[in-house]
Amino acid sequence: MKISLIKAKKNYKGKIAEIVASAATQNKFMSLGLYKGREITKISHFALSGPVAVKVGRSVIALGHSMAAKIILELE
Amino acid sequence: MINKIFLIGNPNVGKSVVFSRLTGVHVISSNYPGTTVGISKGFLTLGEEKIEVVDLPGTYSLESTSRAEEVAVGLLKEAPKETSAVINIIDSTNLERNLFLTLQLLEAGMPLIVVLNMCDEAGHRGVDINALELEKMLGVPVIPTCAVTGAGIKSLISRIKESRIVKEGKLTHEERWLKIGKIVEACQKLNHRHHTLRETLEDASIRPLTGLLMSVAVVYASFKVVRFLGEFLINRIFDPFFFDLYQPLLMKLSALLGGDGFLHHLLIGDLINGKIDFKQALGVLTTAPYIEFAMVLPYVVSFYLILSLLEDIGYLPRLAILLDNILHRIGLHGFAIIPVLLGFGCNVPGIMATRVLESKRERFIAATLISIGVPCVPLQAMIFGLLGGFGGFYVGGVYLVLFSVLIILGAVLNRTLKGFSPEFLLEIPPYRFPPLALLGQKLYYRVKGFLIEAVPVVLLGVLLINLLIYARLFDYVTGIFAPIIKGLFGLPKEAVVALVIGFLRKDVAVGMLMPLGLSAKQLFIAATLLAMSFPCVATFVVLFKELGFKNLIKATSIMIGISLVVGGILNFAILR
Repeated sequence: MKISLIKAKKNYKGKIAEIVASAATQNKFMSLGLYKGREITKISHFALSGPVAVKVGRSVIALGHSMAAKIILELE
Repeated sequence: MINKIFLIGNPNVGKSVVFSRLTGVHVISSNYPGTTVGISKGFLTLGEEKIEVVDLPGTYSLESTSRAEEVAVGLLKEAPKETSAVINIIDSTNLERNLFLTLQLLEAGMPLIVVLNMCDEAGHRGVDINALELEKMLGVPVIPTCAVTGAGIKSLISRIKESRIVKEGKLTHEERWLKIGKIVEACQKLNHRHHTLRETLEDASIRPLTGLLMSVAVVYASFKVVRFLGEFLINRIFDPFFFDLYQPLLMKLSALLGGDGFLHHLLIGDLINGKIDFKQALGVLTTAPYIEFAMVLPYVVSFYLILSLLEDIGYLPRLAILLDNILHRIGLHGFAIIPVLLGFGCNVPGIMATRVLESKRERFIAATLISIGVPCVPLQAMIFGLLGGFGGFYVGGVYLVLFSVLIILGAVLNRTLKGFSPEFLLEIPPYRFPPLALLGQKLYYRVKGFLIEAVPVVLLGVLLINLLIYARLFDYVTGIFAPIIKGLFGLPKEAVVALVIGFLRKDVAVGMLMPLGLSAKQLFIAATLLAMSFPCVATFVVLFKELGFKNLIKATSIMIGISLVVGGILNFAILR
C-alpha cells in the first residue's frame, strides 16, 4: 500500500516509496536527502493546499504543496 | 603553491563566519539558507604569502538549482586545481546531508579540506563525530571548528597546505547515499537526549495553529521594540544633542553670517520667527543632519538590531512556511518573505536577496513589489515623523494602502505574466543563539553601511535643492507637472519638488514636504505617493542589475501607472 505525503496523517513515519518528478526535481530532492527508501516523519500540514514540513534524518524540510504531492510513502 | 582558497558548503553552515575568521573581512551572516547570494573575496596572510579567499554562496549539490548556486558551482569548476584549495564546510549537527556535497566534490577531483563546523552545538545536541575516523574514510584532512567562537581556526590555517585530491570514480546518487550511510555509521555516535524546550519551540513554530500564534507574537513584539528603542534613542540621545548642544552653536554661526544671504540660505536655511527649526529650515547644516541622525538613524539602529536577532536565531524561515499560502496568491512562495523583510530595512539588499528565488518570473514579481510596496526604514521613519502628529490613523493608512497595492498588484502580475512560479523546498534551520559580540558586529556594519551610503547623498542633495531653489529653477519643473499634482492628486504645486527629489533619497523628499504646510490628508497622499512612485536612485541601479534593462522599464511603467491610479483614487476618495 502506498500513500501520498499530502494524505498521510500528522506524525506519520514511513519510507519513501517513490518520487514522481522530473529528473531535475529528483536531483533537488536527492541533494536534500529525500530519495527512495529514506524514512521521513511528517511534522505538519497547512490548510488550503499549504506547505508540508517533514523531518529527514537530522534536518527539517518544508515543501510547497505540489512539491509534497510528488512524494509517495509506503503504508505499513 | 596555493594562491586561492574557495569556501564551499551547504547553505547555512557558517561559511561566512569562517570567511570572516580567515580574512578579517566582515560579511553578513544569518541563520537561514541563502544569506550569501554573491561572492565575497578577501586575503589570508600565511607567513610571507597572501592567499585569496573566496566565499561562495551555499549549495546542496554540484547540480545547481538557483542563480546563487550557479555562481558557486561555476566558479569552482573553473578553478585551476594545481594552485587552489577547496575548503568544504560541514554542519556537524547534520553530517549525513552535508556529506552529499563532500562526496561530489571528491568525485570531481577537487583539492579538498573538510571543516566540521558548529562542533560545540553538535555536542549539545548529542552528536559525537570521530574526526580522525572521518579523515581516514574520506582521505582528506578533517578539522573540527566552532567558527563563531574561533575555536579550531588556527589548526585549519596550519593545515591548509595539506589539501588533497582523492580520485574517486563518479557514483550515482543512490550509490552516494549508500556510501554516506556507511561513513556516518562508522564516524558518528548519537547520544539519546530528551526533547528540550528549544526543540519543542522549534516544532511548535512550524505547526499551523501554534506557529501562527507565535508569529503574531513575534511580529507584534518586534514592532513594539523597534518603536520603543527608536523613540528612546531620539528622546534621550539625539534630540538633546541637537537642541541643547548643536542649536546654540548654529545660532552663533547664523549671527555671524548676518542672519540672511546666500551662504546663510545654503548652510542654515530660513529662520522661522528668528529661530532655527530643524525640520523646516532646509539648510545643509540644519535639516540635512537632523533628518539623518535624529529622525532616521535611531530607527535604522533599532530595526537592524531586531532583524539581525531574528535572522541569527533562525526564525525567518519559519515565517516563510506560515506565509507560503498567501504569497502563492501573488506569484511567489514562502521564502520570498526574506527579501521582503530585508527590503523593509533598505530596498537594495532586499532586491539583491531575490536571487534566492528560482525563476526569473518570481524575481521580477518580488523585485517590483518590493520597490513599490515595501517602504525602507528611512522612508518609514519620515512617514512617522510627518504623520505621527496627526494620530496613528494616518500612519496606519499609508501601510494599509501599500499592503493592499502589494496584494492586488501581485495577484494581477501572477495572472498576467507568462509561466508559473515554482514551489519551495526549504530547509528549516534549528534555533541558534548567536554570541552577542557577533550580533553587535553585524549591527555595527549594517549601521555603518547606512551612514556611508546616506550621509553624503543627503548633504549633497540638500545643497543641490537649495541651489536650485535659490536660482528659481524649480519653478520651471513645477509649472510642467502642476496639472497632474494639483488636478489629479490634490497637492500644491510645490510638492512636485519633493516627488522629484524622492528619486535621490526618500528621507530628504519627505523632509521637503514639511515646510509646505499641507493638511493631514494631503500629507497622507504625498507620503503614500512617495513610497510607491520611483524608488531612490540606488534601488534603481540594483533593479537594473538584477532585472536587466527591459524588465526595468517594465517595472518602472508599472510604478508610474500605479502611482497615478492610487494617487488619483485617494484624492477623489478622501479630499473631495
